[in-house]
Amino acid sequence: MTTNKEQYQIQQEPFYQPKGNEVALYEAAYRSRLPVMVKGPTGCGKSRFIEHMAWKLGKPLITVACNEDMTASDLVGRYLLESNGTRWLDGPLTTAARIGAICYLDEIVEARQDTTVVIHPLTDHRRTLPLDKKGELIQAHPDFQLVISYNPGYQSLMKDLKQSTKQRFTAFEFDYPAAELETTIVAKETGMDEAVSAKLVKIGQTARNLKGHGLDEGISTRLLVYAATLIKDGVDPKDACRMALVRPITDDADIRDTLDHAIDALFA
Amino acid sequence: MAEESGYEHRLMKAWREQLGCGFEQVAHVFEDCMLEALPVLSQEGVSAYLDYARFLCKMGRGVEPVLIFLQEWPSVAAILGESSLPAISGCIRTLYKSPNGKAITPFLQALPTAARRLHSQEQLQDYLDLVVDFMHRTTGSVHGIHTTFPSPGLPHLFEQLPYLLAQISLKGLKNWVEYGIRNYGKHPERQIDYFSLQSADSKAVLQRERHGTLLVDVERKLDMYLRGLWQDSQYLVPYSTGFDELRKPIPYYDKLGIRVPDVFDDHNGISGIDRYRAILAHIIAHRRWTTPVFADNLSPFQRMAVEFLEDSRVEALAMREYPGLRRIFLALHPQPAEDACDPEKVSAVRHRLAMLSRAILDPEHGYQNPHIIEFTRLFHEKLATSESSTEEMVDLAVLFGARTRRQSDALPNTHFTDTEIDYRDDNRNMWKFIEQGDEEEAFDEKRQLEKADEIKGLPPRHYHEWDYNSQTFRPDWVSVYEALHPKGNAGDIDRLLEKHSALAKRLKRLLDLLKPQDKIRIRFQEEGSELDLDVAIRSLIDFKGGSAPDPRINMSHRTDGRSIAVMLLLDLSESLNEKAAGSDQTILELSQEAVSLLAWSVERLGDPFAIAGFHSDTRHDVRYLHIKGYSEHWNDEVKGRLAAMQAAYSTRMGAAMRHAAHYLSAQKADKKLMLILTDGQPSDVDTQDEHLLIEDARQAVRELDQEGIYSYCISLDPKADEYVSDIFGNQYSVVDNIERLPEKLPKLFMALTK
Repeated sequence: MTTNKEQYQIQQEPFYQPKGNEVALYEAAYRSRLPVMVKGPTGCGKSRFIEHMAWKLGKPLITVACNEDMTASDLVGRYLLESNGTRWLDGPLTTAARIGAICYLDEIVEARQDTTVVIHPLTDHRRTLPLDKKGELIQAHPDFQLVISYNPGYQSLMKDLKQSTKQRFTAFEFDYPAAELETTIVAKETGMDEAVSAKLVKIGQTARNLKGHGLDEGISTRLLVYAATLIKDGVDPKDACRMALVRPITDDADIRDTLDHAIDALFA
Repeated sequence: MAEESGYEHRLMKAWREQLGCGFEQVAHVFEDCMLEALPVLSQEGVSAYLDYARFLCKMGRGVEPVLIFLQEWPSVAAILGESSLPAISGCIRTLYKSPNGKAITPFLQALPTAARRLHSQEQLQDYLDLVVDFMHRTTGSVHGIHTTFPSPGLPHLFEQLPYLLAQISLKGLKNWVEYGIRNYGKHPERQIDYFSLQSADSKAVLQRERHGTLLVDVERKLDMYLRGLWQDSQYLVPYSTGFDELRKPIPYYDKLGIRVPDVFDDHNGISGIDRYRAILAHIIAHRRWTTPVFADNLSPFQRMAVEFLEDSRVEALAMREYPGLRRIFLALHPQPAEDACDPEKVSAVRHRLAMLSRAILDPEHGYQNPHIIEFTRLFHEKLATSESSTEEMVDLAVLFGARTRRQSDALPNTHFTDTEIDYRDDNRNMWKFIEQGDEEEAFDEKRQLEKADEIKGLPPRHYHEWDYNSQTFRPDWVSVYEALHPKGNAGDIDRLLEKHSALAKRLKRLLDLLKPQDKIRIRFQEEGSELDLDVAIRSLIDFKGGSAPDPRINMSHRTDGRSIAVMLLLDLSESLNEKAAGSDQTILELSQEAVSLLAWSVERLGDPFAIAGFHSDTRHDVRYLHIKGYSEHWNDEVKGRLAAMQAAYSTRMGAAMRHAAHYLSAQKADKKLMLILTDGQPSDVDTQDEHLLIEDARQAVRELDQEGIYSYCISLDPKADEYVSDIFGNQYSVVDNIERLPEKLPKLFMALTK
């Protein structure tokens, strides 16, 4: 079986602004091939960090966006029917273990708990993946590493990782960067000037202050970047903020009103 | 006119004759009235004016009506036009022909204000119709034959009219009056209370009709404003602007919260909510950047100057943070004209300071006064590089006071126009005072300590009640007091459960069947998550055999979890003490058994479950007794409360349901179920109309439905069918055989949640 390894290589450097020593720590974890978990609210740069690290280490990256309909066979692989019988097709996890890629399971808790158990044998000393339906035991490629991400904030009690899963990973806790750093990130990512970026960040923080008071999540760095992109394209800053920052995150009229007011107060 | 006075006099005499009124007081003012009337009235108008005054004079109601009419009509006619006279006279005639003659004088007194507020003849006509309608509906009759008793509320309505129209629109007035007639039409004393604005609900209904932005409507937004933009959270406490005429309250804050007016009209292009935001921004700016300073060393004028400058400073800092505030502040800050007052004759301290404050805020102030310009510059210099400080403002203010002081500052009449800045607070928190005992040597003196009031029980929560007669809510009608149910002996409940151990075993089997079977396989799917090998092979055989294969060879899964939050509301009214038919147990005891079994079963199922009881003794005292909360388990504490359950008083169901719903709706669950266990129809001692509370309960069910709460009634009243379906639609069951309740209740619950 041949898989095009090249397609999983990241060609250009994804922009990532380190917030601390996370790059060095990740490199250390990768040297020993320790599984890594990244936690943090949506849009704070988890996926970007993993992409950046994959690029930096020069390893292919296979990303799987998890959802609650996902089953174990979506990860491991399944039989398909063909005109003269059935054919086995590797799932992304299997592919990654075969070719020695970094397998990144995004939003792992969205998948059901029984699904996530299939990763267990890959995450401890065994580093194997049994394909019970096919009757094959895959020994993971030496370069293979498993990374998962999840957002502890908004999921319900039902959607938590099992202790047995949690305790197989080393973990990074991400949060939205501090105001100055976030301003730099927005500015660098979009080429927007610092003054406007600072205002955008301030709106973002306004919304983050409202978390738990009608908002499930604050405005993410990702949305701030969207807003800056729109402004860069010539959209009026107030309109851009409404479109990119406020309307997506809430249907609550009171919150919308408050955030609109913050926009008016900042872009006077 | 002096040289034509003889000619005038002749005409005046003719008019006086036309009036033909013998009252002396009228004779005194007649000439003045005519001089006022002539410029605004046409010739016919003057004639009609005099004719009508003549009618009022001869009416036999004394001098007052004619006097008021003569004096006020010219100004009314100037606003509404003289053609409005027939309508008004028609209304007066109606009053005159009814027993309400006494109301004519107040009616005439209220007329000028009404004219000024209503502004058009159409509106006036509406107002007059309202008056006539009011009169007809509140004038009493004996045996329905003669209208003999005057309307009690009418004179009071006219007395309050100037105030009312200043607060609410004509439409609002109509609603307010309508509410009063409907609820107090047959009750003279309460009617008077209502229409003279003395009763609480009169004020409450008025509040609802007021124009402008009500605090209650925007409170949540303001709360978010504080949290989001200023990282602060304070209670907002409203004070009423409507009833304190003499001394106008201004915003302030203390340890109980930020005090703001209860309503704000739009002003100068700034919406009511933005005015609230301006107050909050100002107060928060004080909280952030003001450090209290000692007031004792400063004179009152110096203090005033310090306050103005400190206000300007914190606002400047706030605007640095949010430049958009400038637009709001600029629009709300008064713009005192430089020559508005003569500093020789009145005290101009406030005027000077308001000008300075304006100049600091508004670069385009255009003032020429060199002091104002200089101090504006000094102020901006201080703030140019840093945040400055309250102390620096004190120095600046003292300097300003010294430079600009005048002899006339101490004059008693102060120039106030355009110097009040209504979004600023009273600055009570920026001062410290040296108090007795603060001196270093006075350490053994007793300090006065403020005693905090002890809180006794929870404050009542108010709920509205539905009045089906008028299809409206009565605002804040019912007071619900919530308390923890007293505790009893938990062992009693355990004994009850033991008694039903056989039943419990049967229930347990049912419960095991009910437990969520998290994963369910769905077979025969064309698209699915997995290949269903059995079906696939069969299809393959079909295919190889040359017939059309079944393409539905995949299967997928679906989760089937339970997510139900349950609230059990127990009616604890007096009737529960009766013995159940064909049994020697009271309904209360049987309910206890049933609830225990239900609680035990639900605990096993693991659904979030709460129990509460209620009874009521008039609308002022609805008691809501907490027995089990969602976070409590089925333990001895809860069992003890259940064991102590007692029955008394009446059943005001709607309020209790609304209160219970407020807990249930906070639960996170896909399905929310409120079970109401009752033995009779809703009723209370202060409500004669038995349909009223039934309709209110029905309305409560509807409200619950809108909140996504499914209500279900278990009635123990065999005759319940007559009313229970009115309230709950078909979401109810009647348990006739009360003895079997302990068995029925858990089964019912399981059937409902299967």
